[in-house]
Amino acid sequence: MSTEVPLLNVQIDGVWMQFPKGTKVIEACSQAGKFIPRYCYHPKLSIPGNCRMCLIEMGMPKMTPDRKPVLGPDGRPEIGWIPRPQISCAQDVAEGMGIRTDSPLVKECRQGVMEFLLINHPLDCPICDQAGECRLQEFSVEYGNSHSRFLERKVKKPKNVELGPRVTLDAERCVLCSRCIRFMKEVAKDDVLGFVDRGGFSTIACHPEKTLESNYSLNTVDICPVGALTSTDFRFKMRVWFLKETKSIDVNDGLGCNILIGSRENHIYRITPRENNDVNGNWIPDSHRLNFKYIQSEERILAPTVDQKPAAWTEATKAAVAKLKAAGKLAMIVSSKLTNEELYLAKRLATALNITLHDTLPRFETPDGILIPSDRNPNTSGARLLGAFTKEPGAHLKEIVEGVRKGTIQGVLSLGEDLLDCGFAHEDLLKLKALVVTSILPNASTKAAHVVLSGAAWAEKRGSMVNIHGRLQRLNKAVEPAGESRDDWEILRDLLEATGTVAALHSIEDVFRSMSQDVPAFAGLNLGKIGDLGLQLLPKQETATVTA
Amino acid sequence: MELLNTIPWMLIASSVAKTLFLIFLVVLPIVSYTVYAERRVSALIQDRLGPNRTGFPISLFGFKKDLQLFLGGLGQPVADAVKFLLKEEFTPAHVNKFYFWLAPVLAMVPALSTLAVLPFGNYLFGQKMVVADVNVGILYVFAIASIGVYGIVLAGWSSNSKYPFLGGIRASSQMISYELSLGLSAVPVLMIIGNLNLSDAIQYQIDNGWLLLPFTDGKLTLREFLLWIPVLISFIVFTISMFAETNRLPFDLPESETELVAGYHTEYSAMKFALFFLGEYAAMIAGSSIIVVLFLGGWHVPLLPINTLESSMTPGGIALGFLHITAFFAKVIGILIFFIWVRWTLPRFRFDQLMKLGWLYLFEIALVNIFITAGIIALVK
Amino acid sequence: MAYTVRRPNLTFWEKIYLPNIIAGLAITFKHLKKMLKGETHVVMQYPEEKWDAHLPEYYRGAPTLVKDEHGRERCVSCQLCEFICPPRAIKITPGSIPSESKFAKVEKFPEAFDIDMSRCIYCGLCEEVCPEQAIFLRKDYAVTGESRADMVHHKEKLYELGGTMPDLVHKWNPEK
Repeated sequence: MSTEVPLLNVQIDGVWMQFPKGTKVIEACSQAGKFIPRYCYHPKLSIPGNCRMCLIEMGMPKMTPDRKPVLGPDGRPEIGWIPRPQISCAQDVAEGMGIRTDSPLVKECRQGVMEFLLINHPLDCPICDQAGECRLQEFSVEYGNSHSRFLERKVKKPKNVELGPRVTLDAERCVLCSRCIRFMKEVAKDDVLGFVDRGGFSTIACHPEKTLESNYSLNTVDICPVGALTSTDFRFKMRVWFLKETKSIDVNDGLGCNILIGSRENHIYRITPRENNDVNGNWIPDSHRLNFKYIQSEERILAPTVDQKPAAWTEATKAAVAKLKAAGKLAMIVSSKLTNEELYLAKRLATALNITLHDTLPRFETPDGILIPSDRNPNTSGARLLGAFTKEPGAHLKEIVEGVRKGTIQGVLSLGEDLLDCGFAHEDLLKLKALVVTSILPNASTKAAHVVLSGAAWAEKRGSMVNIHGRLQRLNKAVEPAGESRDDWEILRDLLEATGTVAALHSIEDVFRSMSQDVPAFAGLNLGKIGDLGLQLLPKQETATVTA
Repeated sequence: MELLNTIPWMLIASSVAKTLFLIFLVVLPIVSYTVYAERRVSALIQDRLGPNRTGFPISLFGFKKDLQLFLGGLGQPVADAVKFLLKEEFTPAHVNKFYFWLAPVLAMVPALSTLAVLPFGNYLFGQKMVVADVNVGILYVFAIASIGVYGIVLAGWSSNSKYPFLGGIRASSQMISYELSLGLSAVPVLMIIGNLNLSDAIQYQIDNGWLLLPFTDGKLTLREFLLWIPVLISFIVFTISMFAETNRLPFDLPESETELVAGYHTEYSAMKFALFFLGEYAAMIAGSSIIVVLFLGGWHVPLLPINTLESSMTPGGIALGFLHITAFFAKVIGILIFFIWVRWTLPRFRFDQLMKLGWLYLFEIALVNIFITAGIIALVK
Repeated sequence: MAYTVRRPNLTFWEKIYLPNIIAGLAITFKHLKKMLKGETHVVMQYPEEKWDAHLPEYYRGAPTLVKDEHGRERCVSCQLCEFICPPRAIKITPGSIPSESKFAKVEKFPEAFDIDMSRCIYCGLCEEVCPEQAIFLRKDYAVTGESRADMVHHKEKLYELGGTMPDLVHKWNPEK
């Protein structure tokens, strides 16, 4: 990895710069601050060079007959310009190369390409979901004409085609960049898409008897530079320019894909992947990106309840602690879906309530070989660091269930888990003297609970999690908690204070500060230092056992 | 029992009846319709229409449409009155409560009290149409009218706010200044009449022609003609001073809305404000009445017979009595319309101009006028 | 140095002011007389008399939605008006046109289109920004209601006010 990559001298628009060998010209220009328009080029995919949008003027050093570059008066090589334009995506930089990104020739070429691309374009931006983040719109502002010279009738192509259960195709808008075809082939390893027909009638289609049903199919919508592929789920829901994009992470598995939550007026409309080459690249599984609807479900628990009756927060926390203290021996089930801050407070709460028996619910399934790991809990590593379980996750679950069945354990505090998932039977719950549950949705446990504390969903709170590779990442708040619900750390803080401990924690930053003082792994960190792309907290190999 | 017998029951009863008639059947309707006239005339002068919508809401009682009489909008004063009665009676926290409540009363009562001595008609039902036929009539009028300033001064002071305060100060200096020329300009008239009783003033004018129009008795002597000059000067000075005394434009500095929001009644609302309003217009009526009595022959109509005590009980005499009352108030209304007309013609004076006019011109003119009158009376027989 | 305004030199008659007062009274009386004779007609009696006939073509009254001559809602709920609206008076809920509809080609229509007329400032930006010529500011200006909810014009009301507007751009219409 650490072999020295030689730097090459390249002249971009008259300025000499150095780029490592192997850099694509299009990337070199981007790094030099000259953005080259492109449709088919994608840094994570192979390069077909078929859109012709990234044309540039290129030249190589003039050579003397003895193959030495001719030096100009400034001591730099003189460049012999190639008289025709080149595509910058399929070209690596070379020593002494010259590049012109905004010469008249380049502009004229791009204008020509734009005019060709727009010949059959339906111009239905008002109903197109891509409008606002559409490359055709953006580049036609820069290189397009205000009118069309095309007098013939436009080619009609299939519209509103269901390529798969989650992706809708509008072939008229397609610019045939083949990004989706390459993605399915190279990343999703499910070669279902291809071109059919010829010339102006060429369209994208699924191979016969196949549909686009891969769990990564929606990534084709993200990489589609135009509105040809649209998400059936997000279709016509909201124009993208209204969406507030909150940087956060996905909580459906232990990887913690980086995402953008698109929300408007406290309503989440879509989730898109955010580039993080240390975690998920540019991709995210469909199952994860579409799994946000439950947050705005009608079922949400909107206020805390005591004995199944709505109560004020102060009463509910007092009642919870009073009932737990009166119950005798206690056990605590903590979800590995909680953030580090919440797990830390849960641990402190367990100490305050003399709970020695606590565990998390493990969720291990088969990995899909692309992004989804076997661990489907987002913060198992954090739970391990913060001592939410001893030894292995779920090792003590059986002991707790047995204890409840025998009657030795009479109170259970469940933070974010449904006890039925943890091996309890419904009758076991009825035996308990005190069952305190935090949850966002009603389940068997909340229906049997003595106190239900309505928490915030992952898109409604801030916090941090540690993924399976030991990377500390940040959750951010996109929408307000539903109804009277509160951030879980606030609930835990209030429970902690109700036990008589003075917590003096007034913000999530306070919790993190306290955690960084108590837990060595977090020493010297704060939420700000984590950054948008996360921070490697543990060495990668050490956490390999988590996935095992 | 004897004590009871000494009380002049008949006199009290007739006085109360006349007072009630005067205040509730004549003055208050005139006040409210003067407000209406003010709005309509001002509108017409300014090429607008004014309130022309409010009728009498008989549709509330099942009729199809509201009753609209003549011009339309005649229900406006009634609606205004109802509005004033129904509005929230609001007293600001920072005011001096006692004087704040007293001030509107002091603005209203003197204005109405002056009407007591004004003979508004001849004999009717065997009664002289004047509430109190006192022989110091004009003095009484000036005395009571000058109390009116207390209402304004108290309102301005008790409101405990800068605009009412400035309005109150302006009012007191303005009214005191113009009372001088008002009183002095009346002196020539009294010298000519030779009596302070207002009924006698009218009787003099019946005998010798109205002071301002001395030919109304059918003849014009040299003495009358010569006296007409000081009388005219008196009339002009008296009228101007009356404008100032009643705070009418061009002398409405105590409540000049462009400078002082609403002047002394800025902090007032609802019925308390309405009392100021009523007092102001009642003062206008009182002032107009005095002008009518002193210069325009009071209730007298030339060429019409005059009722005596006996003939006032006959049907013809009753009609004649009512005709004289009508004539009196017709003249008053004429003066009121002149008030309104002037108001919508002239811009407001500056305060120093106002003071200069009062002290340096009107006061001197009125004073000199007395000597002219005296000279004419002494020299021309 | 302050600038001294020269006062006009007044004649004696101007100084005693009375002739000018009479002249002023004459002017106001002339106006009064003309009003009474009905020669001046400045004020308009609003509900009975209206200026509507004189409203210019570009008058900006209440925003409305229009249909084309085939009865198609011109609005495709692109939400540009919602975006441009300075007081945020417009709220659109987009929806898809079912495939069995004769206008299925248009794909998108407004499921709900609310304009809060208590917020609208009649700026006309919605009309200007509309790429489909669907929203027009018409000559309705008497927008009243007894509650805030009354002041919200729903889709039905907007189409009722807007009516049909033929001969606009034929982008979506079936080919002849």
